[in-house]
Amino acid sequence: MPTDTMTTVMPIEIAQRSERTRLPTKLEPVFEISALSVSYGSTPAIREVTFDIGRNMVTAIIGPSGCGKSTFIRVLNRMNDLVPSARVSGKVLYHGEDLYRPRVDPVQVRRRIGMVFQKPNPFPKSIFDNVAWGLRVLGMKDDLKGRVERALEQAALWDDVKDRLKKSALGLSGGQQQRLCIARALAVEPDVLLMDEPASALDPIATSRIEDLMHELKQNYTIVVVTHNMQQAARVADMTAFFGIEVLPDKSRTGVLVEYDETQKIFTQPSDERTEGYVTGRFG
Amino acid sequence: MAADDEAQGLFVVDGRLRRRRIVNRVMEALATLAALVAVALLVIVVVSVVKNGWDALSVSFFTETPTFSALGESGGGIANSIVGSLILVTLATLFALPVGVLTAIYVSELAPRSVANVIRLALDVTNGLPTIVVGIFVFSAIVISRGQSALAGSFALAIIALPLIARSTQEVLRLVPPSLREAGLALGAPRWRTILGVVLPTSMGGILTGTTLAIARIAGETAPLLFTTSLAAMTVMWDPRDPVQSMPLTIFQYIEQPDPSYHAKAWATGAVLLAFVLVLSLCSKFFLARSRRRLSG
Repeated sequence: MPTDTMTTVMPIEIAQRSERTRLPTKLEPVFEISALSVSYGSTPAIREVTFDIGRNMVTAIIGPSGCGKSTFIRVLNRMNDLVPSARVSGKVLYHGEDLYRPRVDPVQVRRRIGMVFQKPNPFPKSIFDNVAWGLRVLGMKDDLKGRVERALEQAALWDDVKDRLKKSALGLSGGQQQRLCIARALAVEPDVLLMDEPASALDPIATSRIEDLMHELKQNYTIVVVTHNMQQAARVADMTAFFGIEVLPDKSRTGVLVEYDETQKIFTQPSDERTEGYVTGRFG
Repeated sequence: MAADDEAQGLFVVDGRLRRRRIVNRVMEALATLAALVAVALLVIVVVSVVKNGWDALSVSFFTETPTFSALGESGGGIANSIVGSLILVTLATLFALPVGVLTAIYVSELAPRSVANVIRLALDVTNGLPTIVVGIFVFSAIVISRGQSALAGSFALAIIALPLIARSTQEVLRLVPPSLREAGLALGAPRWRTILGVVLPTSMGGILTGTTLAIARIAGETAPLLFTTSLAAMTVMWDPRDPVQSMPLTIFQYIEQPDPSYHAKAWATGAVLLAFVLVLSLCSKFFLARSRRRLSG
């Protein structure tokens, strides 16, 4: 019974890279995450997550609501620092460097690890200024116009907006706004792009454009995408991590990594029956 | 009972229901009347001020300074009071606006919740300070040692404007969606750049709204000016180190005179002040509408 397996308490594993959490050997890891636990105050959100995220590929994080997907992705660029009660333990290595070591500046982390949010959040400024703002702040002011144009092209938005760069970004459609947010994130030349359910507020056509975009962008960027939509994970991701909810005897619920593997394997021959239950739509 | 009700029909008006309907009508009528009284009061005040001051209003009333004679005042105007009021209000705004906005930024963007609550309380208490007490404070702090001046008067007005600006700015900062702050921070922008570059421009309309309302409020204040900038020369004074005459004080001084020609001038000055405040209130509505558009797209 899948619902029973959800509530089973798993013994706490010692954080070590097993077959399950390692990348295929030929791939280079960008993130190496070990025994990562996050709690908000006394409420645990995710517990003992260990796996590697590979370079120049799309890694999807899937799982039911409340399994800590968003918490996890926000740990990767230290956005969780904005929540005063958030506590992070374990290790997050980025190109071998621990992001949670003391004296690491979260602002510098976010500069290299960009993020696109669930709801499009363009600034109430012109389309041009939306993309140029980050460039100006970070001092990348040489060839500002060229940089803005290239970012908009990368986000497949240039043709839509090239004649109205001075118009407010709030006049764009939801899908265009989200691509503008992607352009804004790309303009500052990050290394990694984190996407927290980037298409969940969009219609199917806009969604498919964002998915096409992810395919193109992975040539140059490492992409981690949280998604509720399993078809989307199956379409865009090279690797997929399935997070589940573990219910402890005291009824507290914590997100855990259940299975991590190549996307095709997760969706066709998952090795954990909880994963199978989720991807076949029996629960979650 | 149930059978009776059915016999009479469920929705037929009987005794108790009729009483309820009457009470309902009376309450509605009272509420409507109260609303009408509120509007009527404004109309009556505006009409009576304009009516009583109309005869004294003329171009020279705006351009000339007071002329005095033993037989009452026939000619002359309040140019010195208008200029004085503008100087006082401008200086007070220059003092209060940056401090108020920075306070609001500290409270709503940076401070831990407990500290923010203390500051909020302090601002509310300041807002409730009797203005005459503010006047006495500035009198003892500045005027006793340095004498009266427009600077002292505007400092007193700034104390009154500060909590108004800080509180209204806090309210608008709260309306800026957290997702915009996240967007700025996720680009690798430091916090202060995000606040200056994203949060403040987004809420500019609301800040201007609060500021114009604060200006409208202090433009009519009299008590804080009594001890700080009341002994002014009856000529146009431009130097803020000198005491200046102001419109509220002019009204106060003229209405105390026995001669009716002064009373007409007091009413006319009131009309000018009223017009100034009404225009500011309308401006604030405009800024508010603009800021709503900006936030909602």
